[in-house]
Amino acid sequence: MARFNEKKKNSAVKKADSRSLFQRMAAAPHIVWMVMFIVAPMLFVVYFAFTDDNGFTFSNIANLSRYSNVFILSIAFALIATVICLLIGYPLAYFMAKSKPKTRKILLVLLMLPMWCNLLIRTYALMALLDNGGLLNSFLQKIGLNTLHIVGSDFGVILGMVYDFLPYMVLPIFTTISKIDKRYTEAAADLGCSSWQTMTKVIFPLSVSGVISGITMVFVPSISTFYISQKLGAGKIDLIGDTIERLFQTPTTYNVGAAISLVMMILILISVGIMNKFSDDEGGIII
Amino acid sequence: MMKFLSKFYMVIVFALLYAPIIVLVIFSFNDGGSLSEFSGFSFKWYAELFEDETALNALKNSLILAIASSLCATVIATFAALGLHHMRKKYVKNAIKSVTNIPMVNPDIVTGVSMMLLFVAVAGIVKSKSFFGFWTMLIAHTTFNLPYVLLSVLPRFNQLDRSLSDAAMDLGCTPTKAFFKVELPQIVPGIISGVMLAFTMSLDDFVISHFVSSPNFQTLPLYVYNQTAHNVKFSMYALCALIIAIILAILLVVNFTGSVNSKRKQPQRR
Amino acid sequence: MKKLISLLICGILLFASAISLSSCSKEKQPAAKSDIKTLYVYNWGEYMSDGSDDSLDVNKAFEDWYYEEYGEHVNVNYSTYSSNEDLYAKITSGAVVYDVIVPSDYMVQRLKDEGYLAPLNYENIPNMEHILPEFKGDNAYYDKNNVYSVPYLYGMVGIIYNTTMVDPNDPDIGSWSLMWDEDYKGNILQFNNSRDAFGTAQYYLGIDVNTATEAEWRQALELLKKQKNIVQGYVMDEIYNKMENGSAAIAAYYAGDYLTMYENNSDLEFYYPKEGTNFYVDAMCIPAASENKLIAERYINFMLSEEAAVANAEYTYYASPNELVVNNEEYMEYMSEIKEDAYDKMYNTDGIKATAYENLTEDKLVTLNSLWEELKSDVDIGIGIYICCGVIILGLIVLFATYTVKKRMKKKMYE
Repeated sequence: MARFNEKKKNSAVKKADSRSLFQRMAAAPHIVWMVMFIVAPMLFVVYFAFTDDNGFTFSNIANLSRYSNVFILSIAFALIATVICLLIGYPLAYFMAKSKPKTRKILLVLLMLPMWCNLLIRTYALMALLDNGGLLNSFLQKIGLNTLHIVGSDFGVILGMVYDFLPYMVLPIFTTISKIDKRYTEAAADLGCSSWQTMTKVIFPLSVSGVISGITMVFVPSISTFYISQKLGAGKIDLIGDTIERLFQTPTTYNVGAAISLVMMILILISVGIMNKFSDDEGGIII
Repeated sequence: MMKFLSKFYMVIVFALLYAPIIVLVIFSFNDGGSLSEFSGFSFKWYAELFEDETALNALKNSLILAIASSLCATVIATFAALGLHHMRKKYVKNAIKSVTNIPMVNPDIVTGVSMMLLFVAVAGIVKSKSFFGFWTMLIAHTTFNLPYVLLSVLPRFNQLDRSLSDAAMDLGCTPTKAFFKVELPQIVPGIISGVMLAFTMSLDDFVISHFVSSPNFQTLPLYVYNQTAHNVKFSMYALCALIIAIILAILLVVNFTGSVNSKRKQPQRR
Repeated sequence: MKKLISLLICGILLFASAISLSSCSKEKQPAAKSDIKTLYVYNWGEYMSDGSDDSLDVNKAFEDWYYEEYGEHVNVNYSTYSSNEDLYAKITSGAVVYDVIVPSDYMVQRLKDEGYLAPLNYENIPNMEHILPEFKGDNAYYDKNNVYSVPYLYGMVGIIYNTTMVDPNDPDIGSWSLMWDEDYKGNILQFNNSRDAFGTAQYYLGIDVNTATEAEWRQALELLKKQKNIVQGYVMDEIYNKMENGSAAIAAYYAGDYLTMYENNSDLEFYYPKEGTNFYVDAMCIPAASENKLIAERYINFMLSEEAAVANAEYTYYASPNELVVNNEEYMEYMSEIKEDAYDKMYNTDGIKATAYENLTEDKLVTLNSLWEELKSDVDIGIGIYICCGVIILGLIVLFATYTVKKRMKKKMYE
């Protein structure tokens, strides 16, 4: 194969130059766009994070210690929500992948359908449903049970994250599991594996890449959300997202906001990098 | 036993997932306009929805933006994929790929905030008073759509059979012509799935739009967000219910016809 | 799969184009679209009659009136904010241009002092004569002689409580202390904007809201931090839903809005705290950046006409500074139909101790901002969260350890 390529290269040497103009120019608009609208904005974030009215400073970053609790809380919430999503989502994805092709199609549709309903409306409906005077609590009252205070509590926010992002966990896992060659599981069974062993020794290792991308797809939006904590935390529970959103409402606090964004971005890029180490998949994220 | 348990589990999870949506759909028929009490059946909110010009306008804006940004992103990303495919230096290729992926890996809020900082700076330089609007939204949406399109187009290029375009050129095609006549048709499926992905992402985006928008160009999610700060109009629930109903109907129809087709053909998944 | 999605999208596109077509056909547009000027109005949420429940759609009425009067089409783009601070942020960010805004007194002062407002030309606002003398000239404490602003509506802050959840004989009723009563833990709502939230604590403590020293601001912060443990949340207009459906029992909010809530839930009661409270006037202004000043002035003028002013007063239940409203008998009747003492609650407030907010000095504003940040970011992390996280992290470590050990074992086996 290599030799074949070499041969082709040699024969294409003359053509290579004539070809290259179109090829090289093809990526040019993209590169320009990238520099202007991905790299430049990031540089702006860095610039704002390290300056204030008087010029260069580290004080924005240094002063972030006052937000340490907010950081810890956001990371904790995102972690818990991700784990819950994984615990609920993995079996769901597995069962979905194992069902008959026809039901599988319907289940997939059912799973994607909520995503077409605007996230904001869904979250708002969830809030209205769970609120102290909402449908759930009036129902509980009617049958004589204690009411639940969910909105405005930690539990409420985590519940909101799980509810909103569960499909993002299930989809990639489902895709990888249904791509697994059936012969692997059959072989495992023939070799005397119990169904549990097949699960842990064959299916799970083969679906790790799906799990990893599921985790990133839940963790990243959870850690940066501001909408869910606003509604289900009733404005009382402040996560990183809320803080950034608030700080970017007044031009005087852009600098601190940029510093927080920068720190969060670095945190996330590091954790995503670590996660991708675990998966062998090159692209990292599967959709 | 195991089968029953798995079915039971799926039913429970889906029921929980759908509970708020079902409530929402049911209460969109509620005459009283309250989410805690059902006082009577009516189509009042649906009628109101079609009279609410702001909402319809927001919907129109959303669609215009989604179509425009997904097309822009697709054109740019398709050519980029072509360029990347032929690129010799591997590290440049990888650098471009990872920079493109930044908006996908980054939290939306950081992307939005960084875009806003850029636009504020540019607005300050050109001294434009009403800089924010359709164009800033289009740029932001195109940017975060790029990685998704690239991700679905690039693998198609890698699957291309090079000898085909070589043959075309041997037969007298210019490289440009060879690209449009030979390579492009082969990557069309990737392009289509990229467009659709971008379209959905853009239609659904709220966080990034939140930072780069202005009142003269409001999309549906922004309109809804504005409402949730006060009291969501029930016509919004009606809209949500309508969208769900339409998508469900389409999916059922497709599923039905699809199953007829699949009897003839081998079932093919993506 | 692919066909499925593409069909799906086709369907949505069809649906959408149908909607947009139907909306287009409805708009009667004799003139070309580019000729139509757009007036950007930025107002508080739920603060203008919008046509729901048979009220007058004031913005529509303005558009029609403007066409009849001046033969030009104007399109009103109406959007809302939920606090003065949000408004200030939008105006000063420079990214967006509005033509008419409705800040409260202290914010008018601030925007005026910082040069964000345009002086009004009263030749275009003849209806100014209908404004009661108590709100004009020297009596407009925030903007002497109304150079930049025309009063829109006014009111006071008070406490709303649900009689089914709060004991009517509670000794705290009548005072700000009800908001700090631990018996109602999880059922109290606080303002979600810095000035109003700190105001509640300052009035409770008897501190002057305008001249408080740094130490006194801190004192108020401590009180608010104490309250954070027992409040359900910090909200603005979400309060309507929460109070109406009984999700919360006690909330401080603006008097007019109480009547809106009362309309939907008659269990709600209201009082002005005896320690004193905030009095405010919201006024219509034109930002200096506005490009449609003439139309904006005509808009303000229209808002002062009997038709629009009565509609707005009836819709919002706020008190109106317009004599055409105050002396309108139909309006008085309307108010008494809502609640017997509604008119008195809004207008006969002579005996109530109240002060207005003034714009703070620059250093005080910085203090207020940083204290507000401190309050908002003061989150306490429950022990449950720590335990959950500990378990997860432990699990991750175990997983990682077994992963590496296994890898090594495999390596050894191969060797």
